[in-house]
Amino acid sequence: MRIDDIKTWLDERLSISTLAKLASKKEVPVHRHSIWYYFGGMTLFLFTVQVVTGILLLLYYRPSSETAFESVQFIITEVKFGWLIRSIHSWSANLMIATLFIHMFSVFFLRAYYPPREMTWLSGAFLLFIVVCFGFSGYLLPWNKLAFFATKVGTEIAGVIPIIGRPALRFLRGGDDVTGATLTRFFGFHVAVLPATATVFIGIHVLMVQLHGMSVPPKLVGQPLKKMKFVPNFLLRDLIGWILAIGVLAALAALFPWELGEKADAFAPAPAGIKPEWYFLFMFQTLKYLPAKIWKLDGEVVGIMAFNIVALMLFFVPFVDRDPANLRRRFIFNVIGVLALLFMVVMTIIGYVTK
Amino acid sequence: MNIPLSPERLRLYSARYCSRFCTAICGVIAACLLLYSPAAAQKKSSCIECHAKLEDARLSAPAKAFDNDIHRGRGLSCNDCHGGDPNADTKEAAKDPRKGYLGKPKTQDIPAYCGKCHSDANLMKRFNPSLRVDQEREYYSSVHGQKLRSGETRAATCISCHSVHGIRAVSDPLSTVYPPNVAETCSKCHANADYMRGFPIPNDQFAKYKTSVHAKALYEKQDLSAPTCNDCHGNHGATPPGIASVANVCGTCHGRQAELFQTSPHKAAFDSKNLGECITCHSNHAIAKPSDQLIGTQQGALCINCHTNGDKGFVAAGLMRSRINELMASIDKSTEILNRAERAGMEVSRPKFEMKEATDALTHARVLIHSSSIAEVEKVVAPGIAASSRGYQAGLGALSERAFRRKGLAVSLVFILFLAMLVYLKVRQIESRQSESANSA
Repeated sequence: MRIDDIKTWLDERLSISTLAKLASKKEVPVHRHSIWYYFGGMTLFLFTVQVVTGILLLLYYRPSSETAFESVQFIITEVKFGWLIRSIHSWSANLMIATLFIHMFSVFFLRAYYPPREMTWLSGAFLLFIVVCFGFSGYLLPWNKLAFFATKVGTEIAGVIPIIGRPALRFLRGGDDVTGATLTRFFGFHVAVLPATATVFIGIHVLMVQLHGMSVPPKLVGQPLKKMKFVPNFLLRDLIGWILAIGVLAALAALFPWELGEKADAFAPAPAGIKPEWYFLFMFQTLKYLPAKIWKLDGEVVGIMAFNIVALMLFFVPFVDRDPANLRRRFIFNVIGVLALLFMVVMTIIGYVTK
Repeated sequence: MNIPLSPERLRLYSARYCSRFCTAICGVIAACLLLYSPAAAQKKSSCIECHAKLEDARLSAPAKAFDNDIHRGRGLSCNDCHGGDPNADTKEAAKDPRKGYLGKPKTQDIPAYCGKCHSDANLMKRFNPSLRVDQEREYYSSVHGQKLRSGETRAATCISCHSVHGIRAVSDPLSTVYPPNVAETCSKCHANADYMRGFPIPNDQFAKYKTSVHAKALYEKQDLSAPTCNDCHGNHGATPPGIASVANVCGTCHGRQAELFQTSPHKAAFDSKNLGECITCHSNHAIAKPSDQLIGTQQGALCINCHTNGDKGFVAAGLMRSRINELMASIDKSTEILNRAERAGMEVSRPKFEMKEATDALTHARVLIHSSSIAEVEKVVAPGIAASSRGYQAGLGALSERAFRRKGLAVSLVFILFLAMLVYLKVRQIESRQSESANSA
């Protein structure tokens, strides 16, 4: 009786029954491409893992060039299960970026951005850049040699952008060089600015998905499709995936603990064959292949500008390819998508196998 | 509107323009003075003009080589050493003894010839205040100087080592006395058996030196602080260190070893047998990289050259070697387990860093053998073995932690898979109920 009283009291104030009614009405179409629906939820789950493990790491991490490396070393050697938390945080970050890319390409090929879902795509594209920034800023935080030089190279690349490059480089580094000031500011981005921004965009993104429901691929529109209740059917299936993801993360953390490496030393020479994280590798490899001069411009600048333009074009996709009846445009976008995916995969593989 | 110039205004203008003109002229003169410097100014030198054109290479070479000479760079010319008049247009006028022409100095006169300037502190201050001015005095204290004084003209003089007319700074890599070039410069005479005939010294020093640990450091590691001939023998005062002083020579770099040797029982024994302190074990020019094989009582060890089974030194040598071996074995064992843990992905950088205490102890123990005291060696070997054992324990701990993680993972995976299976069964149950209710509806 007392529990019912509490439920009624809460319902009068929070309208839980209304929300439950709404949730019970939500349905997910079932078809041969339904598997791709799970990647959005998986990315969100991995983001939650990041938040939880990130907060735990914050209890011991000290963001300065004198203490950062030592504090991470302390976490993984002295703190009970610190190694597990740190390894899960690193592995989960990488898996999250992987599931995010899968989610983005599945949405692209299944045309889930067709009207009225343009804002869902836009918020998702913003989230992609936020997550990449999470990766870039988090990579420096252990203050090890590889991270130090990768940040140096990464910020140098930002620095060659015409006009805004130099101020952007100084803003990112907090000066002309990668120093303790860079670490402090990357820490600020990583634990305050980016999480706050990500929360806003995740809120918008999830709200839009609830508002418009799951998109059905254009080829299947009009066909009689089976439906599955979001609560509990789809959510429980999601849960199976999340439980298995925890298993995968635990296995990776136990069998392949994330390395700490050597402490960063600004006066040491850069390690030979230095490479960025895998999700930047295709761009890094492409820049290596560009000639020194393209027409009258610096090859590297042209490459970086081209990547920036492609990134910018990502935001315009739902506004250019917006008519489900335009089959020719749909074909062109499919070709572009396949080529982009192939390019990224091939360049990443080449980046890994070459020195 | 034109304002007519009043006489006052005219005076004012003319004074102003005159002042500007004078300022401009002064500026040009100042610029000319600034541009002028002794090195920049190409003084007339009929010596170089004539000698450079001569067909006889013996006579033209000095003029050509002088281009790179440090003296030329400091504004000096032929007449500053040889006298004469470089402004004269004829050979006779240029080489007029009344104008101080000295010509080519005799070999015996060369030290004084160079010392004319290089021994003059006041003069040398103008060019390089930190340069020593005792080279000439020191030279006459050397074997070379003494031989020259006794009339031996084959003895090396200034130009034998520094060359002539193309003299470069010691810090110039092309200089004949730049550290990596010194041994070769000395070897030009000392490795030449014909030239050295009549002098009672061997000619294989350079050949031996090239096999030494010092030569390897100098030539292969490019370590300019590694010793070459002049570091042990002196340069201007070059002389072989005697038996009594050789330890002091080696001790200038190997100070700790020399100090320990002085306190060791070997000191009195070596003195009584008139043995060179360091060179008896390490030799002189062909000093090999010392290894643990040199100490002990086994075949190939140096100790058994003097000590025989049962004597005090024999026992001490055996004990020192065995303790060093124990420390080395302990370090190898700990390093191996730490590397294994690192390859397994465990974080062992701190215990690996702390292993430096053990490796430092090993280095220290190898130095302490010069005391010939087992007690001294033991003072560092024992803490070294303790530090190494801590490293081993850390490695063991890391490997057992890895085993614990794997077991923990196995248990977790069973639980995780069981949980996933439960949820899956729940989904099946819910969906079968849903399809039953749909069918009944």
